[in-house]
Amino acid sequence: MGFLDTLLGRTKPVPPNLDALFALPSAAITLQAAMDVNPTGTGSVCFRAAEGRAFSDIEKDLRDLLNMGDNKTPVEVSADSYGFTWLVCRHSADDIEGLVTDLHAVNSSLENGGFGPQLLCTILSFRDPAARPLGLVYLYKRGTFYPFAPQPGQRRDNALELQVRGSLGDDLKIEPDLGRWFPVWGAPGL
Amino acid sequence: MARTRYASDPGLIARMGATMFLLGLVFTGFVLALFFVLDYYGSRHGGGGGGSGLVVFAVLIGAAVAFGGYYWSDKIALNTARARLVTPQQAPELHGIIDRICALADMPKPRVAISPMNMPNAFATGRSSKVAVVCVTQGLLQRLDPRELEGVLAHEMSHVAHKDVAVMTIASFLGIVAALLVRMGFYAELFGGGRGRGGGRGGNNQNALPVMLLVMLVGVVVYAISFLLIRLLSRYRELSADRSGALLTGQPSARASALVKVTGDMARIPTRDLRQAEPLNAFYFAPALSGKSGDMSLSNLFSTHPSLQKRLAQLDKISKQLGSAS
Repeated sequence: MGFLDTLLGRTKPVPPNLDALFALPSAAITLQAAMDVNPTGTGSVCFRAAEGRAFSDIEKDLRDLLNMGDNKTPVEVSADSYGFTWLVCRHSADDIEGLVTDLHAVNSSLENGGFGPQLLCTILSFRDPAARPLGLVYLYKRGTFYPFAPQPGQRRDNALELQVRGSLGDDLKIEPDLGRWFPVWGAPGL
Repeated sequence: MARTRYASDPGLIARMGATMFLLGLVFTGFVLALFFVLDYYGSRHGGGGGGSGLVVFAVLIGAAVAFGGYYWSDKIALNTARARLVTPQQAPELHGIIDRICALADMPKPRVAISPMNMPNAFATGRSSKVAVVCVTQGLLQRLDPRELEGVLAHEMSHVAHKDVAVMTIASFLGIVAALLVRMGFYAELFGGGRGRGGGRGGNNQNALPVMLLVMLVGVVVYAISFLLIRLLSRYRELSADRSGALLTGQPSARASALVKVTGDMARIPTRDLRQAEPLNAFYFAPALSGKSGDMSLSNLFSTHPSLQKRLAQLDKISKQLGSAS
């Protein structure tokens, strides 16, 4: 934020960075090869719905658009306890490209409607060899990824997360500030 | 380039700019007037008496007070509210909301504190976003639902993003100096004058007396004007924080309902508790001592926060902007 913005007390909403998502398919392959961590074919987009007609129209169009495609399972919509909306897309486990394309469709239609700043994160879901969940979270505003391995009782498997960071360092831009590896407990589709 | 729905409010920005300009003008005038008064007497009577020493002293103490308030703003506010920092394990819901706001706004996460007070309120303080603290009272947590709480927290985080602690410190610095000058001039006259009549430096002190009076007069005028302007500036900063917070979450109505709930509740709380809370007022998102909110009353002129109607009207406008198609 610039000096003038500080002086005048205004903040510009941060636009999302959308293109980094397309690095996900190759990252999934790297994870498979290095750690035997496999994608489940499920991905979700999380955004903060704005009030009013304009946003609900866009949201409706979006659902229609995704359900029209040739994927057999329709998108699931759910709201979490924080008031954020999640769109969960399910593809087959080996169709990560298709999944990422669908997720990107959500992003770009929100952005075209002028609601890009409402995007929070996207999560691609994985399972480690012991079938424990692992999510790769993409922060739209930072343009960075971080791993999130939830365990029962709101604990995270930090060892697994750091291991993922180590093996993905070349494929993805991993969030360098550990303080921003925000937990997303109970994220749908994870 | 994607289009954006987040138009800024040129009127608000212009009014805030004008207020700051006037503040700057008053302070420049203050410094010039002091120079003239001291210089005039200094050249006529040789040495400005106690006057210039007093000014230097007041500036030094004022700087120390302002800097101390700025540097330890988080500790002072937390102590006054008897708040303690909470970890994500202790307050998972609160941390969850703040995590999400941080991710939406792309800002570092502040520390989170809870105050045991029953009065529903929240404040954010700290000299930079790295050491910022967001604090909510127990009363607020009990009264608001998660959406309203999010609206309140987004408002507080906007204060952090706007660096309001730093801006208000700078704005009030010379006001502090002016107030100190008046007070010190008063004491200097009381004690210095008495000693002068008894001692051998009578000639010098007779000159020093009117200098003190003039310095005091300048101080009083500057303090009065800057007080009003700083309050005005504070009200504009509140409106901007309302605006940024509402745009951030996309939920101006949740913010509005939180405001209505909290201000409505506060009118029913006994005055003794409210008096105790007064020193923290400037940080709170709704002032603890809110009178009847008429539109152009004297209490509005003096208050640190805009009237409820003004804030609701702005949130209504944002809600319409967000909802309009095209």
